[in-house]
Amino acid sequence: MPLDLVCPAGNLMSLKAAVDHGADAVYMGFRDNTNARAFPGLNFDEAQAAEGLRYAHDRGRRVLLALNTYPQPDNWPRWTQAIDSAARLGMDAVIVADAGLMRYAVKNHPRLRLHLSVQGSATSYEAINFYREHYGIQRAVLPRVLSLPQVENVVKNTEVEIELFGFGGLCVMVEGRCLLSSYCTGESPNSAGVCSPAKAVQWKETPTGLESRLNGVLLDRYGKDEKAGYPTLCKGRFEVAGETYYAIEEPTSLNTLDLLPEMLAMGIAAIKIEGRQRSPAYVAQVTRVWRAAIDAVKQNADGFKAMPGWHAELNKLSEGQSHTLGAYHRPWK
Amino acid sequence: MHMNLSLGPLQYYWPREDILAFYEAAASWPVARVYLGETVCFRRHQMRLPDWLELADRLAAAGKEVVLSSQILIEAEPELKVVRRLAGNGRFLVEANEWGAVRLLVKEGLPFVAGYTLNVYNHETLGVLADVGAKRWLPPVEMSRDTLAALLARAPAGIETEVFAYGKLPLAYSARCFTARHYNLPKDDCQFRCLDHPDGLLLSTREGEPFLTLNGIQTQSAGVYSLLGELDSLRALDVATLRLSPQARHMGKVVEAFQAAIAGERVAADALARYMPGKPVDGYWHGRAGQECAKEHAC
Repeated sequence: MPLDLVCPAGNLMSLKAAVDHGADAVYMGFRDNTNARAFPGLNFDEAQAAEGLRYAHDRGRRVLLALNTYPQPDNWPRWTQAIDSAARLGMDAVIVADAGLMRYAVKNHPRLRLHLSVQGSATSYEAINFYREHYGIQRAVLPRVLSLPQVENVVKNTEVEIELFGFGGLCVMVEGRCLLSSYCTGESPNSAGVCSPAKAVQWKETPTGLESRLNGVLLDRYGKDEKAGYPTLCKGRFEVAGETYYAIEEPTSLNTLDLLPEMLAMGIAAIKIEGRQRSPAYVAQVTRVWRAAIDAVKQNADGFKAMPGWHAELNKLSEGQSHTLGAYHRPWK
Repeated sequence: MHMNLSLGPLQYYWPREDILAFYEAAASWPVARVYLGETVCFRRHQMRLPDWLELADRLAAAGKEVVLSSQILIEAEPELKVVRRLAGNGRFLVEANEWGAVRLLVKEGLPFVAGYTLNVYNHETLGVLADVGAKRWLPPVEMSRDTLAALLARAPAGIETEVFAYGKLPLAYSARCFTARHYNLPKDDCQFRCLDHPDGLLLSTREGEPFLTLNGIQTQSAGVYSLLGELDSLRALDVATLRLSPQARHMGKVVEAFQAAIAGERVAADALARYMPGKPVDGYWHGRAGQECAKEHAC
């Protein structure tokens, strides 16, 4: 049960890839803005969700449904209907950020298991225990802002299972309380289910290099030999007091393979792999590496050492071909 | 209901004497309510909790309603201890800025203010907070007038609405300190460089366009949000209080202009332009990108 591997399923192919390569659970979203990866061409309708559930359950794996945006007052029923669908379909849990929606779920589907989404932005056990006391949440996904000792302090002070991000895109800001994307484009993860939306992205070759813009704002300019990445707002190069640099964060990915023994020792329930927007091939590769690593650490935590091949394979898949331990490692801050 | 003004918590790190001078002046400004306390960074220590409480007493004696604001991003046990002390202060109302503070205030059986970082995006969640003791709330700063109207049309009775109406917009919080990063300093040895930037550190694009403001672990807009030209729509929504966020200079002028507008005087929407530490923006209120200025004459 400890260190369950939770993998992203942006569509049915990815779901099967994750299950086939060793995910203990997959997470998915419906095809609208009820989840924080509301990208065109991504996610599941009810029939596909049912098929995905069958595929996973037949193989003894679980399916979690992300309903982790904040419901809008005008469209409140869209979110409650999604909760109803999750219960009807037999989802193993729903991942929710909004307290009002949790209250609805508990009242109407008391047997539906609730996970607090990272978008719920709870970084302390006091916050997590609020949701536990009021809505009986079973698990919380922690924002990527705590160091490992801080994570351990949370684990020790709550009976709620703790899930940590292990690999993939790195949010630098505390999730659920970042409005940079809506300041720039009008759409944020909280309200629209997207960050730095593709429709706001513009690429342009200029004499001074390839430019990436988000809703007109210049995020970066790349020289001939530089590899251009997706223009996520917080990973652009900006000017501060006459210096041009990655003022917020480099284009890098989170990779916590090396921390698995500590995570196991402190009783982390699950490791989450980010990337519902990534390809089935990506999901297969990442899942395979993490399955091997988690199996290895469970067999021999003291002697665990991440194999060089694992890092090499994951780095190939990483944004900017580099990785970081993020906030789990104090000097990053 | 008569609309009034509040002074939001100081987002920046100023020298102690500047903080005290600011609030001494504020005691005579026409603001009904003052929010006090360090909400951004636990390392900032020019004012510690006893200092804030002493200041709170003085402002209360000057006739202000004082509210103590809790830290927005909680990472470690010592920070929770401060929230517990706020919850147990026994005298002043507390603004909860994350759900851990809500739990602690509910345990004390106290009424509280639900801050904008609690993420109240709909009437149901507002209902949750009203049920556990919130007497006033603030919508997320990105919420538009139309969404707020839709929410309030379904809202529980008896809870007051306060809207962030002036100041650089608080947009994001991180474990990382971007001011320390700028100086190539580790966060744990930041040398308190925030003290050098009383209105934050400007971040511009590579074309020199002002975009964001770095304020320690907080990221703000470079533009200054102003709803000075929106008094009619705010009144129509029955908004009880307009929150003005402190800036290093000319804050008295800002308060004056809003007070005049509330009193029904004709105040040009751009009256504040020359007192702003950035260009005016109001896109959020109009359901657009926050950096935009929906009404050219207003911004």
